[in-house]
Amino acid sequence: MAEPAVRLRTERLHALYGSQAAVKGVTLGFPVHTVTAVIGPSGCGKSTFLRCLNRLHELSRQGIVQGSVFLDDRDIYAPETNPVAVRRRIGMVFQQPNPFPTMTIYRNVAAGLSVNGRLTRAETDAAVERALRSAALWDEVKDRLHTNPLGLSGGQQQRLCIARTIAPAPDVLLLDEPTSALDPIATQSIEELVQHLKREFTVVIVTHNMQQAARVSDFTAFFYLGELIEHDVTTKMFTAPAEARTEAYVTGRFG
Amino acid sequence: MVDAPGRPSPRLRAVGWGDAAFRVILTGFAATIPLLFVALVARLTVSAWPTIRAFGVRFLTTSTWDPVANVYGAAPMIFGTLFSSLIALLLAVPLAIGVAIFLTEFAPRPLRGPVGTLVELLAAIPSVVYGLWGIFVLIPLLRTYVVPPLGTLLGWTPFFSGTFYGNSMLAAGIILAVMILPYISSVSREVLAAVPSSQREAALALGATRWEAVWSAVLPYARSGVVGAVILGLGRALGETMAVVMVVGNRHDLSVSLLEPGTTMAAVIANEFNEAAGLQRAALFEVGLVLFGVTVAVNALARILVWRVARESAIGSRAI
Amino acid sequence: MISRVARRRVASHVMTGLTVVAAILALLPLFAIFADLVLRGASSLNWDFFVKNPAAAGDTGGGVANAIVGTLIIVGVGSAIGLPVGIGAGVYLAEYGGGRFGTVVRFLADVLTGTPSVIVGIFVWMFVVRPMGHFSALAGAIALAMLMIPMVSRTTEEMVRLVPHSLREAALALGFPRWRATTHVVVRAAWPGIVTGALVAVARIAGETAPLLFTALGNLNFRTNVLQPMQTLSLQIYVFATGPFEEWHRLAWGAALVLMGIVLIFGLGARFVTRTRFRDG
Repeated sequence: MAEPAVRLRTERLHALYGSQAAVKGVTLGFPVHTVTAVIGPSGCGKSTFLRCLNRLHELSRQGIVQGSVFLDDRDIYAPETNPVAVRRRIGMVFQQPNPFPTMTIYRNVAAGLSVNGRLTRAETDAAVERALRSAALWDEVKDRLHTNPLGLSGGQQQRLCIARTIAPAPDVLLLDEPTSALDPIATQSIEELVQHLKREFTVVIVTHNMQQAARVSDFTAFFYLGELIEHDVTTKMFTAPAEARTEAYVTGRFG
Repeated sequence: MVDAPGRPSPRLRAVGWGDAAFRVILTGFAATIPLLFVALVARLTVSAWPTIRAFGVRFLTTSTWDPVANVYGAAPMIFGTLFSSLIALLLAVPLAIGVAIFLTEFAPRPLRGPVGTLVELLAAIPSVVYGLWGIFVLIPLLRTYVVPPLGTLLGWTPFFSGTFYGNSMLAAGIILAVMILPYISSVSREVLAAVPSSQREAALALGATRWEAVWSAVLPYARSGVVGAVILGLGRALGETMAVVMVVGNRHDLSVSLLEPGTTMAAVIANEFNEAAGLQRAALFEVGLVLFGVTVAVNALARILVWRVARESAIGSRAI
Repeated sequence: MISRVARRRVASHVMTGLTVVAAILALLPLFAIFADLVLRGASSLNWDFFVKNPAAAGDTGGGVANAIVGTLIIVGVGSAIGLPVGIGAGVYLAEYGGGRFGTVVRFLADVLTGTPSVIVGIFVWMFVVRPMGHFSALAGAIALAMLMIPMVSRTTEEMVRLVPHSLREAALALGFPRWRATTHVVVRAAWPGIVTGALVAVARIAGETAPLLFTALGNLNFRTNVLQPMQTLSLQIYVFATGPFEEWHRLAWGAALVLMGIVLIFGLGARFVTRTRFRDG
């Protein structure tokens, strides 16, 4: 089988808080139109790693990044690169659903569109509907697009955040534990959604739930204490991992 | 693609001119505050310079205030400010802390909001309205019901000697007490509410009565915050102008009798500034400088104490 | 023979009772003042009161129309200057105020909030009235703005800080530049609280008198020109209350009632804004 093209990859990526290293020399690639799960015990650096991929880590207190991250062979950490432009091509969904409370559902989804330049009302309408459909939320909100999103359930709010993130058509979707704050039914709907999303985007999902990783991803990367221990096809990672530590983690011997 | 400085970059650098301009504009707005402070100090000092040079330290210690002879001594005002504030504190602090304890510890829950709001409403009443009430309600009340018994009981002390004509330190002190009570009370409330309930519960579990739990467990924990609240109240009392100028009598006398009229730094400025010229005006500026210095010192002390205990919030700068 | 426990219990009840007494004593002046305002002021409130200017000294009748308009103009201009600067300073403190400069600004803002307004008055006299050569409403407005800026900056900072960090992050993750994330998402989310703080500050300065004594000065006539001296309710109350005429004293109570009403409207407006916010959320 031919190797799928890699959309996003890191090369010897280090992330520090001041002098404390949280991510140590990670080299990892994310093939296009796939879902890669990033798993590992608490504090292993997986969320920090994710935030390096869209240049959010450097906004944290004393956040320092070393190494490279290539989006289609362009280093997003190159000196002449505009971080804001990077974030328009790499979107992120957070653990807690965070719709903008002062904007309607419609404006929330359209929020990312306006930074890319002026669209006509018709174009915006179309983009909003497309995003909401892709996020499997259109039918539930199409009659209340101009109401406050805080009236939606947790699962719906998270799907709204996903719609908001995919509306500007980024290349990569970063999902930081998107279902931790949701109930099982909402979790399931998001997981199904992820499978659909990979058709349009390249998805990286951080999760502390191994079963979720097994259900949802094509590839899995296992982190431990800031280092990438193993990275392989998901089925292989969970049935016949190469590293002892990986096996110990996926069989639940520690976590 | 716009330049962003090289890695590692701990903070998002300006993207084009938008971020930089935004930060510059906001910094400009914020800079008005230290600018204002420095300008105040500088302007007051410069305008006061003639009298600073002419009288030096004697300005603070002598009592002659003679626009005709151009001799100025601010001791009566300084004394009056401190004296009236002291009276205000003596009256307001026990009441304010009592109210704060009542609202945080003993009041039934549905009462706490409304009663608290009512107390804070005291802070919303303009100073000139307090002065109005002082002239036409408080002073007659004092004259008829309060001063005669006080005079017979305590007339032998220097504090209650002399004749009461109405405008007096006593009236000023009482009005000031009412005006500063809401400030002391609301800050104390926040400070007391911030004490972890585990403190109170531990005392109760050891068999303390409700009052003993408050006295021995809650209050000591909040002590520096309450002291900060009191000092905040003092700061307000020192600077109050209109209510004081309307009831204190505006007489340049230094007397310890509460029944006698007097003057304060703020009141003398309000009273004389518009008619003053030359050296007298410089003297008033110097009075203003002294008042400014005193209130800055007192407020700085209060903020430090309150910051240390209460949550990081703009306590005390809320009027209502 | 009262046991020690019983004695302590009684002491506790007594002290609790004392705090209740304290609360009652504290509220007595409030009720007294409001009662007096209504009882003594209501009699002045007639149509003339609101539309006429003060009558000649000693005459009956007349009103405070010029003072009401003057209050609104001076408070309005003062707020137009003070609110944007104060809110801007507050946003600065919340967004960039972590360093030493921010600490200094924050500290000085707190200190300036407690500064006697009479001192700001003589300061503005020196800086504005003297160069201009005459008193003016504008000078008064500037003095009031100087009082507002430190106050509003701190309440604004407090409200912006309350906005959850995740909202800012979500905006940044969408590719918003920093300034846009701050204005379109963070400040917008904090807006009701900022407005509340602003209204409270406006209520405070509406009642100010001392700084206006040396800046706006007051005026017996109806003036709307901000470059001329102007009357406000607070100044009018002071003049009437300390004047020799009974009629003036009566009018002073009426003016005080109106002023208190204006202050309360702003204050209640502030509370109303907060309540609406929670209802939407």
